[in-house]
Amino acid sequence: MKNIITSSIAILVILIGFTSCNKGNNSGGKSGALASNVAERVYVAPGEYDSHYAFLSGGYSGNVTVYGLPSGRMFKEIPVFSQFPTSGYGYSEETKPMLNTSHGFIPWGDAHHPDISQSKGELDGRWLFINENNTPRIARLSLTTFETEEIIEVPNSAGNHSSSFVTENTEYVVAGTRFSVPIPQRDMPIKDYKGNFQGALSFISVAPETGNMDIKFQILMPGFNYDLSHPGRGKSHGWFFFTTYNTEEASTLLEVNASQNDKDFIAAINWKKIEDYVNNGGGTMMPANYAHNVYDEETHTATSTMKKEVRVVNPIDVPGAVYFIPTPKSPHGCDVDPSGEYIVGNGKLSANLTVHSFTKMLDAIEKEKFAGEAYGIPILNFEDVLAGVVEQPGLGPLHTEFDGKGYAYTTFFISSEVVKWKIGTWEVIDRKPTYYSVGHLTIPGGNSGKPQGKYMFAMNKITKDRYLPTGPEMEHSAQLYDISGDKMELLLDFPTHGEPHYAAAMEASIIKEQSQKIYKLADNKHPYAAKSDADTKVVREGKEVHIYLTTIRSHFSPDNIEGIKVGDKVYFHVTNLEQDFDVPHGFAVIGQNNSELLVMPGQTKTSVWEPKQVGVWPFYCTDFCSALHQEMQGYIRVSAANSDTPIKWSLGEDIE
Amino acid sequence: MKKASIIMIIGSLLLLGLFKFPLWNIMLGAPQYPDPLGMNIYIDGIKGVSEFDLQNIDGLNHYIGMKTIPKADEMWEFSMFPKVIFGMALLGIIIGILGFLDKVSYKYFLGWFILMSVLGILGMYDFNNWLVDYGGNLDPHAIIKVTNPDGSPMSYKPPLIGFKKLLNFDVTSLPHTGGYLMFVGMSLTLVAFWLGRKISVKKTT
Ligand SMILES: [Cu+2]
Repeated sequence: MKNIITSSIAILVILIGFTSCNKGNNSGGKSGALASNVAERVYVAPGEYDSHYAFLSGGYSGNVTVYGLPSGRMFKEIPVFSQFPTSGYGYSEETKPMLNTSHGFIPWGDAHHPDISQSKGELDGRWLFINENNTPRIARLSLTTFETEEIIEVPNSAGNHSSSFVTENTEYVVAGTRFSVPIPQRDMPIKDYKGNFQGALSFISVAPETGNMDIKFQILMPGFNYDLSHPGRGKSHGWFFFTTYNTEEASTLLEVNASQNDKDFIAAINWKKIEDYVNNGGGTMMPANYAHNVYDEETHTATSTMKKEVRVVNPIDVPGAVYFIPTPKSPHGCDVDPSGEYIVGNGKLSANLTVHSFTKMLDAIEKEKFAGEAYGIPILNFEDVLAGVVEQPGLGPLHTEFDGKGYAYTTFFISSEVVKWKIGTWEVIDRKPTYYSVGHLTIPGGNSGKPQGKYMFAMNKITKDRYLPTGPEMEHSAQLYDISGDKMELLLDFPTHGEPHYAAAMEASIIKEQSQKIYKLADNKHPYAAKSDADTKVVREGKEVHIYLTTIRSHFSPDNIEGIKVGDKVYFHVTNLEQDFDVPHGFAVIGQNNSELLVMPGQTKTSVWEPKQVGVWPFYCTDFCSALHQEMQGYIRVSAANSDTPIKWSLGEDIE
Repeated sequence: MKKASIIMIIGSLLLLGLFKFPLWNIMLGAPQYPDPLGMNIYIDGIKGVSEFDLQNIDGLNHYIGMKTIPKADEMWEFSMFPKVIFGMALLGIIIGILGFLDKVSYKYFLGWFILMSVLGILGMYDFNNWLVDYGGNLDPHAIIKVTNPDGSPMSYKPPLIGFKKLLNFDVTSLPHTGGYLMFVGMSLTLVAFWLGRKISVKKTT
């Protein structure tokens, strides 16, 4: 009898186990056919296209990766701040200037927040901007060629973190400093930080046609840490908001010392007011030294120019332009809803989410209801500006995005979840776990006035146990959720490359249509281009030898080169004569101490080779280009430094 | 007869469409060319359907030892055809006007049609000869040599009209706008003849 009872309990337990298992499978609480086809909803059949592009920052890889949604397939890695042997970026003579800074050649970067250019508050798919945190820089990528076209260094800045967000017509891209520093930099005791260090908020103008960047002005703010930022939009267009921490101005053990104040600030900047001030001659030119690197698509070559001054503005010289909004303890994310009314400042050490009202802010400013001031900047009253509080939604709120349907989605780092809440009522609608320790999240268009709220993906910091293990370290994971219904549904896990710090995403249509397939050879203005086999040659200029080389399936012209000597500096200028989509040729030569080249159709790239040994050395195509790719090779003869072997070159004939 | 003459004139004028639109089109598609490569054959030369198609076709063809696609000045046809077409259009218009003025009979319309048909057939014959030469007269040093089951070297001649599979390529050869305009124009001259005949038969009875 006892046995029967035990076994029936066991059966009962198993049955309960089964039922709850089934419940678990029907994610989102839905049942029936809709719930079971999660795989179908992320499956993009062979030959079909994803509906969205996602551009993920590579964090410490210094690059940007391009993914398709909903499949989570990675399409490309675009080199930005780091050398990239796959294409020769940062190794080729043409692209080395892209990585020039006032600290010299820096072949690495910490890329954080990508943002797509906007027109009238909507993503226009022309450019992608991304910041470099470590050696402050902002890059502009073309979404036609998917290449980095411009990098500007940001002087007076350090830890370029509250970047690179763009205003609603891409008037400005900002670069706010996370670390305040002595401005201008000088040798001084660190303990004298308080009152002596300053934080520069840089407004970089973007030329409407070309996208060319220029630092229009820097606001020299008190020595806080400016962590994240967001432009106003719609009604708040013309304003920019920056979260701060360490308003204590501590300079050591910040973990404790920067967490003393109950509230830090969101700095609200009326940039239009400062722009007017600057346009009327306001601000002062300060000596500076920073690199401005521009890649020219016609010469296929970047140039680096050192700029020698920057315009700085003292905020107290522009009354009414800068205010501080108190925000609970060490806020991190700073996000503005699509209407521009609500500013979400997530106190990462606070249990609640704090939402400020732009209208209330303007009202308080008009009535001059100030709680005090910091370094001459008015501080508003917390209660006067508060729109609402999302009570106890989770632990460690970080970042918020919007779906355009009246809901906001906030990530919680400590409790590893995404929480959906309603704008206006501040009630929690849904919460879903992430695996694990989520940082940013992205909704396509979620950073604009017009979100495309079908998908949301969370970018996690920890991946363990999600995929097959790969030793002590794993690539980070991202997780895709369907947010078209009331409840979020987890659809897909996909690995990312580097640290997927933040991402920008949009519908594929505009970008796909404008994507460039080749570079026109006729437009190639590279000074060392050989536009046909007839232009190929080898020219000695003292100890430098310039080889004008062409590639086409499946040969180099020339493929026999003689007359090079040990100690020469040999420039291989490789022009790809192809005018066909997706037919690059590669170039590598033995003993090369930089990288191979990958030359796109119609493009010219240059690799430097300094032969150290006498011999006959091969070079070859590194990109499997055609049926006779393996035959795509050549030889270069290197003679002794004191020899008199004459320069000769040929293709298809014996050298006489 | 006036109506028939006007149709004759319109029919002849339609030939002039060949100065603007291609006569013929050949498309080459393959799995690695989801957007097929194509050439449009005009009476005065060959152009790619997209900007770099000819260069890319030549690039592929060099593997099998095909000659490059001829430039306009490399074939006498491309200087002769425009003259012939212009001459025939002019002749047709003159015949039509003379018919309108009752200076010539409707039989001239048929005469023009027969002459144009003969020239057209000669043109097609010439075009086919060129295709045979282009597809079969291969460089003996060709990188890829494919033989037919009987051991003879494979010909890469595109079809004169219709579809053919050539190695991995699907080749389609069809008339294009200019060609269709010419066919319609020629048919109209035949209609003109038939109408002229009907009217004159009516008159005599
Ligand atoms: Cu190759």
